[in-house]
Amino acid sequence: MNRIAMVILSVFFSTAVLSENIAIVGGQVHTMSSQGTLKSATVLVKNGKIERVIDGVERPAGYEVIDASGKVVTPGFIGAMTSLGLVEVSSSSGVVDASVEKSPVTNSGAALDVSYAINPDSSLIAITRLEGMTSAATSIMGSDYMFDGMGAVISLSDNAPLVKARAFMNVDVGSNGAEVAGGSRAALWVALEQMFAEAKGVSNVLSPEKGWYGMNTRSDVASLKQVLNGSVPLFMRADRAADIRQVIEFKYRHPTVRVVLVHGVEAWREADALSKANIPVIIDPEYNLPGGFDQMGATLANAARLHAAGVKVAIGMDTHNIRLAAQHAGNAVANGLPHEAGIASLTTVPAEILGVENTLGVLKNGAVADIVVWSGDPLEVTEAAEVVISNGKVMQMESRQTKLRDRYLLLQQTGAEKPSHYYRELN
Amino acid sequence: MKLHSTKRLIALACVFAFIAVGCTDEKQDKAQQSQKVVIDTNPYPSTYKPIDGGPTLIKNVTILDGVGNKIEGGSIYFVDGKVQAIGNVGQSLNTAENTTVINGDGKWVTPGIIDNHSHLGVYPSPSTRSHSDGNEMTNPVTAQVWAEHSVWPQDPGFGRALAGGVTALQILPGSANLFGGRSVVLKNVPSRTMQDMKFPDAPYGIKMACGENPKRVYGQKGGPMTRMGNVAGYRQAWSDAQDYMRKWERYEKEYEAGKDPKAPKRDLKLETLAGVLAGDIRVHMHCYRADEMTVMMDLMKEFDYQIGTFHHAVESYKIADKLKENNVCSAMWADWYGFKMEAYDGIRENIPAVHSAGACAIVHSDSDLGIQRLNQEAAKAWSDGRRAGIDLSIEDAWQWLSANPAKSLGIFEKTGSLEVGKQADIVLWSGNPFSTYSKAEEVYIDGGLAYSLNDTNSWPVSDFELGQVGEGDSK
Repeated sequence: MNRIAMVILSVFFSTAVLSENIAIVGGQVHTMSSQGTLKSATVLVKNGKIERVIDGVERPAGYEVIDASGKVVTPGFIGAMTSLGLVEVSSSSGVVDASVEKSPVTNSGAALDVSYAINPDSSLIAITRLEGMTSAATSIMGSDYMFDGMGAVISLSDNAPLVKARAFMNVDVGSNGAEVAGGSRAALWVALEQMFAEAKGVSNVLSPEKGWYGMNTRSDVASLKQVLNGSVPLFMRADRAADIRQVIEFKYRHPTVRVVLVHGVEAWREADALSKANIPVIIDPEYNLPGGFDQMGATLANAARLHAAGVKVAIGMDTHNIRLAAQHAGNAVANGLPHEAGIASLTTVPAEILGVENTLGVLKNGAVADIVVWSGDPLEVTEAAEVVISNGKVMQMESRQTKLRDRYLLLQQTGAEKPSHYYRELN
Repeated sequence: MKLHSTKRLIALACVFAFIAVGCTDEKQDKAQQSQKVVIDTNPYPSTYKPIDGGPTLIKNVTILDGVGNKIEGGSIYFVDGKVQAIGNVGQSLNTAENTTVINGDGKWVTPGIIDNHSHLGVYPSPSTRSHSDGNEMTNPVTAQVWAEHSVWPQDPGFGRALAGGVTALQILPGSANLFGGRSVVLKNVPSRTMQDMKFPDAPYGIKMACGENPKRVYGQKGGPMTRMGNVAGYRQAWSDAQDYMRKWERYEKEYEAGKDPKAPKRDLKLETLAGVLAGDIRVHMHCYRADEMTVMMDLMKEFDYQIGTFHHAVESYKIADKLKENNVCSAMWADWYGFKMEAYDGIRENIPAVHSAGACAIVHSDSDLGIQRLNQEAAKAWSDGRRAGIDLSIEDAWQWLSANPAKSLGIFEKTGSLEVGKQADIVLWSGNPFSTYSKAEEVYIDGGLAYSLNDTNSWPVSDFELGQVGEGDSK
């Protein structure tokens, strides 16, 4: 542990981006690559990237060694669906960039782009990171529009958060979408098809010199074209089986669109069809109540049944507590999902959905060095991240929450001998 | 039971406090007095009947008794709805001939989980507007409403909570109002009426709320629109209740003196508040911030009542010493934070920090999903505390889930721990309940098997889910 402390100190006192050579030695390593899970392995980090994963224990010279024996090593987890960096406090606390009301730039919502809105100083970034999550998809969660615009992939590092702008497009095709479209799915799907038809019909970027009378604005059209040509995946949110069948039909009508099903409470009922259509899902596997008539089939077995049918399952939908995605995956495992699929639901599957599978969510040569050393099984609620490496740097395990904790534990221990504001550190 | 004379029946009716019709004391025959008006304090009585359960022995299990003890290789025997004996390793218990014996090798037994903060039934699934019965948002002081009059027992959430080992729960009104109304404590045996679930003889509680919610709801509707407005609202209400109590006391006194006073008009709002001041109704106060909780503890001294529990209490760790001093419990989440300003300072170590300061700590859900995994909430708080140097045992931590909430609700003499003579509210877990992978295998309420993981016939199905997709599926 002293070595870790030294590494932390050296990071703390350096100002420039440090290129550390780090060897994580002796842990059980879930590489999430073709190397599989190694009982005792060494992960070498160089210049912010993973240099190599070695089956067995090595301590090459010139590397800071982190002893991971008895520990579990995984790629940093990926928050599959969040609003991290877009919201600090959700309610009654000023602008929340994760929600959008009427805006002149858009008619359909497709033009909205959160990559301009990310705040890397949000306290949520460090709070989330020190629990083993090192990157996330971030997105608008509510708008007055059919589409919730373009989401982004961010790194939960201490700088340079944007990994990928315009990484996915959101649309709700369940009850919420129907509400926005006029109160019925009968309007929703016709509107959706027309919006895509417009984007398809326009061959060039629309110039302001020419008239345009579509449902979309010019900016919307540009965004939808990226969805149509498959460069940006379309996240379609739906819960009830009938809506999910519509999602599958949509995919067959528009084979170039990379469709991802989101939330999918009744997805298990269409598991075979989703698998056949190659549509992955992002779910909250703990959702097992009929919150409405779209969720009558809700069950904790959703993740396991989808996986058994061959559907790729990503787990994690939240913002402040996206850090609990590992617990959610653990509960999916408790309800039949294989453990390795549970780890994949937090790493390789979201990475693949977001198109970052070669750099994030995997421990292999050349991937970004986002690595976590856990005290034990990361899906167990009583285990925790002990070392978090982001972009090759060992992160301080500190957030405003740990500082609040330390202040008040000390205050209580010392009998509140001085006013609280003068307690700054433990010792 | 002996037959009662008519006269005795009438006297009993008066003792049990019905609005008196014909309740004169005939012996003294004070002809000049009108009938005495006595208020019925239990007009919606419990009709709860336990599920039948024969004598049951669970042996070879790790037992957490809920009051700080752990017994490895132990056994527990319950008969007629009560815990009859708890045995240490190797100890064999005297059991009846027809005893059902469960060999729980490797499994764990705990008291049933008690959630003292739930809105099941008043904010049920499906969460349609027509079901939204938890907040009487028409006035900041609605002490006259009772959550039990909103409870929809067909909420599928009760059954889900049961599968998570919850054997009793308090249903609270929401937190829109300074005084939101009365709570009700239920046995978690889903049935066709609220009264069939009502925990016999559990005291009533009242929901109060600090901070942002009343401000937000009433800020543009005549107030309060500030925290100081909130406090003025509580103070005026307590003052009105004091005045109301004095009126009734005067009536009682004059009646006892043989006069024929006119009874005060019943005011249902003030009746509940007076019940709090009299110590009959427990205060459950939604409050996040340390500074606000401290103001509330002064308020309780000003008007001479006791706050039983602060709910949510996200900043209790800042004032754990003061909470201990004032004997107020904190009902908390393990890790919720940041969804509003007053929740911004949430930390993962709140629960163990409160416990280690010697104050009363409770794990609560306030969630139809969270209630299904309160054991995991406790496990997270326990392990986070240990990593921060708060070294508690699992057997200590289980107090957060059963004994302390039972104390908060005033039912600890009956349930909340595995002690001889107590109600057999018991969970058999597939393994260590502080593991993500463990599940409640059998849940007993008053000795009756209310849920069995491996017996699909034992899974409760609400009317709402009958004949629908997913009926009887594993949930």
